[in-house]
Amino acid sequence: MTTQVFKIPESLRENVKYSFCPGCDHGVAVRLVAEVLDEMELKEKSILVASIGCSVTLYDFLNVDSIEAPHGRALAEATGVKRARPDKFVFTYQGDGDFASIGLAESLHAALRGENVSAICINNTTYGMTGGQLGPTTLLGQVTTTSPTGRNLEYYGYPVKIAEHVALCDGTAFSARVSLDSVANIRKAKQAIKKAFEVQRQGLGFGFVEILSTCPTNWKMSPSKAHERVRNEMMKTYVSGVYKDVTSGEQAHIMRPSFV
Amino acid sequence: MIAEAPSSKKILTKGNYAIAQAAINAGCECYFGYPITPQSEIGEFMSGKMQELGRAYVSAESELAAMNMVIGACSTGAKAMTSSSSCAVSLMQEALSYATSDELPVVLISVMRGGPGLGNIYPSQGDYFQATKGGGNGDYRLIVLAPSTVQECVDLTYKAFYLAHKYKNPTVLLADGLLGQMMEPVEFKEYPYPEIDNSSWALTGAKGRDGRVIRSYAPLAENQCVFLEKLFAKYKAIEENETEWEEIGTEDADVILVSFGSTSRNVKTAMKLCREKGIKAGFFRPITLFPFPSKRLSELASKTKKMISVEVNMGQMINDVRLAVNGKIPVELINKPVGAPPAPEEIVTRIEELI
Ligand SMILES: Cc1ncc(C[n+]2csc(CCOP(=O)(O)OP(=O)(O)O)c2C)c(N)n1
Ligand code: SF4
Ligand SMILES: [Mg+2]
Repeated sequence: MTTQVFKIPESLRENVKYSFCPGCDHGVAVRLVAEVLDEMELKEKSILVASIGCSVTLYDFLNVDSIEAPHGRALAEATGVKRARPDKFVFTYQGDGDFASIGLAESLHAALRGENVSAICINNTTYGMTGGQLGPTTLLGQVTTTSPTGRNLEYYGYPVKIAEHVALCDGTAFSARVSLDSVANIRKAKQAIKKAFEVQRQGLGFGFVEILSTCPTNWKMSPSKAHERVRNEMMKTYVSGVYKDVTSGEQAHIMRPSFV
Repeated sequence: MIAEAPSSKKILTKGNYAIAQAAINAGCECYFGYPITPQSEIGEFMSGKMQELGRAYVSAESELAAMNMVIGACSTGAKAMTSSSSCAVSLMQEALSYATSDELPVVLISVMRGGPGLGNIYPSQGDYFQATKGGGNGDYRLIVLAPSTVQECVDLTYKAFYLAHKYKNPTVLLADGLLGQMMEPVEFKEYPYPEIDNSSWALTGAKGRDGRVIRSYAPLAENQCVFLEKLFAKYKAIEENETEWEEIGTEDADVILVSFGSTSRNVKTAMKLCREKGIKAGFFRPITLFPFPSKRLSELASKTKKMISVEVNMGQMINDVRLAVNGKIPVELINKPVGAPPAPEEIVTRIEELI
């Protein structure tokens, strides 16, 4: 007798061609979201607000009801969806540029209002879709197509620590930063996504996960080198962990995260 | 302050409150907005009333967010709206373009003030282009309704919700500061239109079916061609079915005065004064600015000698009048850049100069 131990999640559409570059972490993140939707039995009540970036066609991969928001406006649209239909499960999936640059106002105001929605933000330290320009999360020193000699403070200022900012909002129920650079960290990432979805299910407020991800194409690195960069460079500035969790019983340790 | 429920009683109220109450009577489930004079009373009224009724109200962080919240709510099939004015409506243009391409029943109340830029809070018709030609990208149209009285603010707000849902297209009620702030007796009849079934497209959760997608991204050129042909077939149907106007004394007119919105009230009086003076003037008021009553104006151009567009702006609707007339007769402009409409006597004097 055989038992199936691994299958395509039901929340993923069948026979689709994924548009992500080979080795890109977006693909792993999408799979985790699909697994969590399956495990929490949320697929049939989900409404996804997709965003503009490399994940723009997420609705072609996830088999849930979806709308595509203009660049940066995903959490405004999610607010509209949830306020109109509070019984639905509403979530966004956004790039770091979408969430924290053009959409910073919409993102933080959704958290400040305590909108009962969940948001996944893929931090790959660049605007991936448009060819790897400097974005809000680009690290100091990082070379991009619009920071040809590296990010310096004089011209570009500081990168933004998204999960910390979200955690500072009173309406946030859960905020965490995770990475996908090892099997152990992928497991933690899945737990964090689950938690961000769970707080919505319990009506506790805004649930957020920042996922440190690779962009091998624009970083001009192999997938494994890209994961090394996540570990050796990104995680130094962007420390992984849970920054706020209203279900944990203790006060949030905003700047010293407890680990997932 | 205002009628509690639809009734045949006449109530004295401001245009802005009338619009808000009409939206509630029309079944508006969600209001999202950000304050700006001269329409802030709409949001103020909605904040209390929507909460009382257990409906959704959000003080949005910007007009940009407000319009995108409306889009989100509409994607579930809900009746949703925002209200704003001029420079703030400018912030909504990207979202309006998306909403036409998403084919969503967005309702926008646009209460015009002076521009460009911050301008001022006086009444104006300076956003005729903004509403009818759009500031968003791509080929699209908004349905635009222009009330001229507070009663019409009510009736056309009802109609805006109906047309938006019937055609799945963003619809604008284009009022101005005068109508928004003016008090007149109004009657709040019951919402007179049938409810539109949206079960074939609204996002409700993929239960027993595949996930539905509301999107505007069309990576392949041929897909975009098919979509735009379909969209414009819809606009043709809207032109055929929904064009609305008012005309008086046009059959024997030597000169036809064309005017929309609050300005048209003084123009109507001016037309009567002209008749008393022996000038054979006619009156023509587009009620739908898109679809514009071009066909009727073209017919009238064969019967009359001149048309005069009367506007409180530097001359915007006159372009559409000229296109409709297509060079058959001269089309002149009587305008005032901003503020209350010119007095009827002043309009008459300027008509006498032009004919
Ligand atoms: C208003 C607007 N500005 C710019 C763009 C172009 N654009 C598309 S995707 C993108 C960047 C996306 O970066 P990010 O959100 O980080 O997502 P990623 O592709 O890196 O996953 C930009 C600038 C757009 N579509 N709309
Ligand atoms: S450009 Fe970068 S982020 Fe986008 S799909 Fe390719 S690797 Fe992934
Ligand atoms: Mg990015």
